[in-house]
Amino acid sequence: MKAIQTENLTKSYGKARGIVDVSLTVEQGEWFGFIGPNGAGKSTTIRTLLGLIFPTSGSARVLGLDVVKQKNEILSKTGYLPSEATFYPGTRVKDIIKFSADLRKKDCSKEAKELCDRLQLDTSRKVDELSFGNRKKVAIVCALQSHPELLILDEPTGGLDPLMQHEFFEIIREHNKEGATVFVSSHILPEIQHNCDRAAIIREGKIIACDNVEALGNNNAKKVSIRGDVDLTGLEGIKHDSTEGGTRSFLYSGDISVLIARLASGSLTDVSITDPDLDEIFMHYYE
Amino acid sequence: MTIYKHELLRGRKAFIIWTGVITFMLAVCIIIYPEMKSEMEGMNEMFASMGSFTAAFGMDKLNFGTLIGYYAIECGNVLGLGGAFFAALTAIEIICKEERVGTAEFLLTHPQSRTRIITEKLLSVITRVVALNVVVVAIMALSILVIGESIPWSEMLLLHAAYLILQIELALICFGISAFIRKGGLAIGLGIAALMYLFNIIANITDSVKFLSYITPYGYCDGATIISEGSLDAVRILIGMAISLFCVAAAYATYPKKDIK
Repeated sequence: MKAIQTENLTKSYGKARGIVDVSLTVEQGEWFGFIGPNGAGKSTTIRTLLGLIFPTSGSARVLGLDVVKQKNEILSKTGYLPSEATFYPGTRVKDIIKFSADLRKKDCSKEAKELCDRLQLDTSRKVDELSFGNRKKVAIVCALQSHPELLILDEPTGGLDPLMQHEFFEIIREHNKEGATVFVSSHILPEIQHNCDRAAIIREGKIIACDNVEALGNNNAKKVSIRGDVDLTGLEGIKHDSTEGGTRSFLYSGDISVLIARLASGSLTDVSITDPDLDEIFMHYYE
Repeated sequence: MTIYKHELLRGRKAFIIWTGVITFMLAVCIIIYPEMKSEMEGMNEMFASMGSFTAAFGMDKLNFGTLIGYYAIECGNVLGLGGAFFAALTAIEIICKEERVGTAEFLLTHPQSRTRIITEKLLSVITRVVALNVVVVAIMALSILVIGESIPWSEMLLLHAAYLILQIELALICFGISAFIRKGGLAIGLGIAALMYLFNIIANITDSVKFLSYITPYGYCDGATIISEGSLDAVRILIGMAISLFCVAAAYATYPKKDIK
């Protein structure tokens, strides 16, 4: 059984694009990254998986269950952390956390207390008084306190300071080690690079790449940095060519031997050819 | 019943304010009745000679000189409008507020079916409407005892039953609409309650639009008719209930399939 499996999942909003033929497979216990800029279709995909919106065509199964017909069973096993958490005005943090547990028909008071302590969350405050980051912490507690089998995290670290981000990923790592599948959507690429086993990149509603995080970086493109004079005119496969502080940098996806020959013909004081990081790969996919 | 309790808790302030204001206004009307009683004869003649205005508010058929006649007019004005506004406003916001405030994403990503969610919300609305009316009846009975009059139970309970049905009808209509809209609930709720009230006034003034009294729930809340006949207008109530049930059915058919923004 797959944790998430979509086949040609499509959601249209009238004439506006949502997602088109999204086919994804996430294994159980996996930590899967979902990368794309704002408006690419990440949230639409997540909202379809959670049954907030309904697919126009295609199918999606979460933990082996159909997202349309078995939504409740899916939600009982899934914890969701939204990118922007909104709660009932005038309610205290402890009441929101208790309400969330009650909706799951579970007593999660022990887990909730532990999470609140680790995230340094004051449960006596009203949600209206909380900063964006503290509201995020409330949402984290609500999503994790029932120890769900699947965690769907949408832009999870927004508003959290670096120390809290570290603690948050520690908590997620513990849940993952206990067997929880983690599906995280983000445009903060180091988060994906450092934590995920595999990732998919979505662009304009379509999946354009899905592979191991290492393999996504290993797409024949190299990051080249040079200092000195060399004529690269007419060389095919150069992207993101920029010069800063006398160092010229670009991504190269052409024949590496042709590049080396051209570099050798110039007068260079320094050369480095490395694998690009995910940020640069991401830009590569998006150009 | 987690959502039911949550809704009652969230709506407690509005409930206390509306119940307090309506009860206070009606109690004041009762308390001043002994003083008004002596002047009623002159007032009856005055109210009976205001032409269409007299008919519009049913004052051509009611005797202000009796407690129940006086009560029916005041009840119609205060509970008829106040109770209707409370029911309409409570119901129109009950579903759509989740999307308007932004809590729909939180609520609907918990393992509760949408049908169950709106059922518990609907029950919470009906509970509040019934509770408001129970409090009003209790305080009115007490107020009547305070002024030394005997309580005209049968007429009074019939009147209150009519207003309770009216409020439930408006609540069910607004509940149905709430499943379709995302914003503007308060304006729609107030508009519906006010429009229904207006329909009844117009239908009372001229026979050419008498059919409006079959559409508006105020049509079966005419104090004069209820008191003189000793019963409620079953036909108008059935029409009202049919409209209400249609709206509720529309909510149940739509909301479980609605895309949440």
